[in-house]
Amino acid sequence: MPARIDGGVAVRVVVDLTRCQGYGQCVFLAPDVFTMHGQEALMYDTDPDDAQREHVLRAAAACPVQALHVDRMATQHRTVEPELRHPTSDVDGEFKRNGHIVIVGASLAGGRAAGVLRRDGFKGKVTLIGDEKHQPYDRPPLSKQVLTGRVDAEHTMLPHLREIEVEWLAGTPATGLDIGAKQVTLADGRQIGFDKVLIATGARARPWPIEAEAALDGVYVLRTLDEADRMRRRLAAGVNRVLIIGAGFTGSEVASVCRGLDLEVTVVEAGPAPLVGALGRVIGDIAAGMQRDAGVDLRCGVTVTELVGDEQGRLTGARLSDGGTVEADMAVVALGAVRNVEWLEGSGLAAGPWGVATDAGCRAVDINGLVTDDIFVAGDVARFPHPVYHYQFMSLEHWGNAVAQAEIAAHNMLSDQAHRWPHLSLPVFWSNQFGVNIKSVGVTSIADEVVIAQGSVEERRFVAVYGYKGRITAAVTFDQAMWLDFYRDLIERATPFPPDYRMVGRPDEMRPVPAEVPQRMAPAAGATVVVTGHDPAERRVSLVRQQP
Amino acid sequence: MEPASIYEQIHQFTNRANPYPLYAELRETPVARLEDGGYVVSTYEEIVALLHDPRVSSDRRKLAHPPPGEPLPPSFIGTDPPEHDRLRRLAMRHFGPPHSPRVVENMRGELHEIVKDLIDGVAGRTQADIVDDIAYPFPVTVICRLLGVPREDEPRFHAWAEQIVENIGPGEGDQDERAKRRTAAVLALATYLGELAQAHRRNPGDDMLSGLATYEGPDGSLSDTELITTAALLLVAGHETTVNLITNGMLTLLRNPGLIERIRDEPDLIIHTVEELLRFEPPVHFLPQRVALDDITIAGVTIPKGSSIVLALASGSRDPAHVHDPERFDPDRPYIQHLGFGGGIHHCFGAPLARLEAQIALRELAKRLVNPRLVTDPPPYRPNSTLRGPRHLLVEYDRVLPYRP
Repeated sequence: MPARIDGGVAVRVVVDLTRCQGYGQCVFLAPDVFTMHGQEALMYDTDPDDAQREHVLRAAAACPVQALHVDRMATQHRTVEPELRHPTSDVDGEFKRNGHIVIVGASLAGGRAAGVLRRDGFKGKVTLIGDEKHQPYDRPPLSKQVLTGRVDAEHTMLPHLREIEVEWLAGTPATGLDIGAKQVTLADGRQIGFDKVLIATGARARPWPIEAEAALDGVYVLRTLDEADRMRRRLAAGVNRVLIIGAGFTGSEVASVCRGLDLEVTVVEAGPAPLVGALGRVIGDIAAGMQRDAGVDLRCGVTVTELVGDEQGRLTGARLSDGGTVEADMAVVALGAVRNVEWLEGSGLAAGPWGVATDAGCRAVDINGLVTDDIFVAGDVARFPHPVYHYQFMSLEHWGNAVAQAEIAAHNMLSDQAHRWPHLSLPVFWSNQFGVNIKSVGVTSIADEVVIAQGSVEERRFVAVYGYKGRITAAVTFDQAMWLDFYRDLIERATPFPPDYRMVGRPDEMRPVPAEVPQRMAPAAGATVVVTGHDPAERRVSLVRQQP
Repeated sequence: MEPASIYEQIHQFTNRANPYPLYAELRETPVARLEDGGYVVSTYEEIVALLHDPRVSSDRRKLAHPPPGEPLPPSFIGTDPPEHDRLRRLAMRHFGPPHSPRVVENMRGELHEIVKDLIDGVAGRTQADIVDDIAYPFPVTVICRLLGVPREDEPRFHAWAEQIVENIGPGEGDQDERAKRRTAAVLALATYLGELAQAHRRNPGDDMLSGLATYEGPDGSLSDTELITTAALLLVAGHETTVNLITNGMLTLLRNPGLIERIRDEPDLIIHTVEELLRFEPPVHFLPQRVALDDITIAGVTIPKGSSIVLALASGSRDPAHVHDPERFDPDRPYIQHLGFGGGIHHCFGAPLARLEAQIALRELAKRLVNPRLVTDPPPYRPNSTLRGPRHLLVEYDRVLPYRP
């Protein structure tokens, strides 16, 4: 059925911003719910007033890429009938009727997987275990709309993924997994047996390493709904200067929001520019320009050596590695994430700080490198081999990856070996900051070169394309999201780099320069594959070339 | 004589009432080479890919064999970035987000008012022509108010707009003759709008033309010529397409028994009905003006650089590889993703207004006409195969109910 809402039920909105191309139709039709910051950076109220119901429905129907979910979430892929049940096996087994699936982790991936299990005909019992007391909520708005105070933190709940029938065990973290006995142990000592289990415990914000300083009043991290809510209340109460430690995506988005609230902001980044870890030096320098133009006191190549407090334990400032100091009454520690794998210690799975290793079909790998049968992993905590990137194992902390992987994992939990799907989605992510929508497809971190293929860096509207050994590996757009799918296809087809075509908006000179991305992944010489197909049921790779 | 190709048959007037079986034949070759060396693309995935392919230009001046000089430079739909982006931003500033997000929403009450009056106008009778009585005057009135064009000038610019529209895209008859008629109409409309724009510049009001004529900002301002081409585009597109959407809509509703009653009783149904209409009976069937800037390989065919590309939008929206049971009109589909407004950077500028106009007009007609029925089916069509719609749509009804909000 189309998205419809029964009277009296609050409207709940999620925008799949990996799909959004900035057409702005929703802003026209529901201007009180959706707003455009700059040309393409969409912000929205996740839980608008019931009076907005008709407007929201109009907006959802009008979205040219159907990226708007009202009160439900749909599958990501484009198919003839997206809701059509996908065949999982030739015979419906006892497991599908009476089995028990336990999902550990009740966020985007866990919740999404539960929905897909039901969609694909699982009639047995589903137990969803979460360490937070909240039902699954949407994180991206936390560092944007929520901090501005435009949306209450509690109003970011993900729409019920249909009427999913699940047993909720909220507020109780899992503390152990016994593969042999097929049991999950909870913090309160309970043991939950399962036939199959999905590990989707995600990651948490990396805390400030010195505990006493982290405990100062005014020091925050941002990952969960509760953390966002605490930060929002502090910002609303009045702050003189915010110190942001780390200029990755979270740190940069928080800096953008704080400048939007007209607060003084100092950003301290250990690297040479913001976003360098993800996007490299060329884009980093552009991002640095955006921050400085917005009035951020940006200090790069510097680290915070000490957070300083007064006698009442309130933060007053920080000392920096270059001998400088910053006075600040609020600090946001944005130093990345730590994967939630501690509970798997001793389980026998290949789990560690890098995540939990899986095969391409989301099945967990044990410490011997053997693939398990009944243990699946999805979302930020998973580390999987990607055929397009030389079968290297990668973990992706992206919204779209969590959704796509949850769908693959759930499907494969119900499927015999002839019907399993590989997780082949290219990583896609987005960020809205300083009135610019930044999107990326592919993997930038193995790139050796980058070129501006379309648009203008001066206007901060451009497409940057990344290459590795003569192949296109990634593309990043600033307010040019409509072109992204073109580059996604080039990556999937293993197209040569640079993309030397006659194109609209092509700069006069197209000159590749070193990408200067910190190499966290050792690029292996390997295979070149081509991905075909749109629906997960038909996506496959074929090997086109093996490097010597 | 060679038998006409499928593509040629589509443009023959005899096939205007139902080109859809021909589209199905066309889709058997997703990318087909045409007699004149151009290519027509008719399947959904391939059309979407080309709409987002930066190697595809919208500027006819970049063809291997460019057409003879046009009387005016192209409006923004006939340009590429960065020129396109600047012109479209300058126009959007007065119509939509990020600077004017409420313009369309704020017109809602006025739109209801205009439709109310038009339906009141057919209340004393038991037969109406949906085109002449509702679907044409409604969007014309709206675009006049929005742009700041005097409504009483309609007979003048309507004749020019019709000449321009009827001679867009491939058609029957002498091509030179068509081009001549088009040129004369373009020049007449340009002169008219040029004078009007100057008057608005001297004496600005609260309308788009005044905004376009007086604004100056980071993107500069519109030159006199840019102002004329932009205004002409908005005026022509603003009323020569929505008329077809509304008329095709009423025709489709009347061809599907029970739908009128459902639209009357279920207030939200009109939203999805109009989306399904944009898929099933769209007002714009082709984008005939694209150009390959480089060799483009798609669906196994290489389109050589400099070639003309026609995107068969209406065919793509009925591609069975994209949509289940495509030949059935079904507003209850869970997802309706269509090419009714094109896509990519040239996605229809006026889409939000057209949507709202169609939703309001069709719902009011459904609510107020008692027992409406078609007089002739199929109705007579206008000649154009690109902007396709009935010339007249006669509907009989028992009576007209009074307006109720």
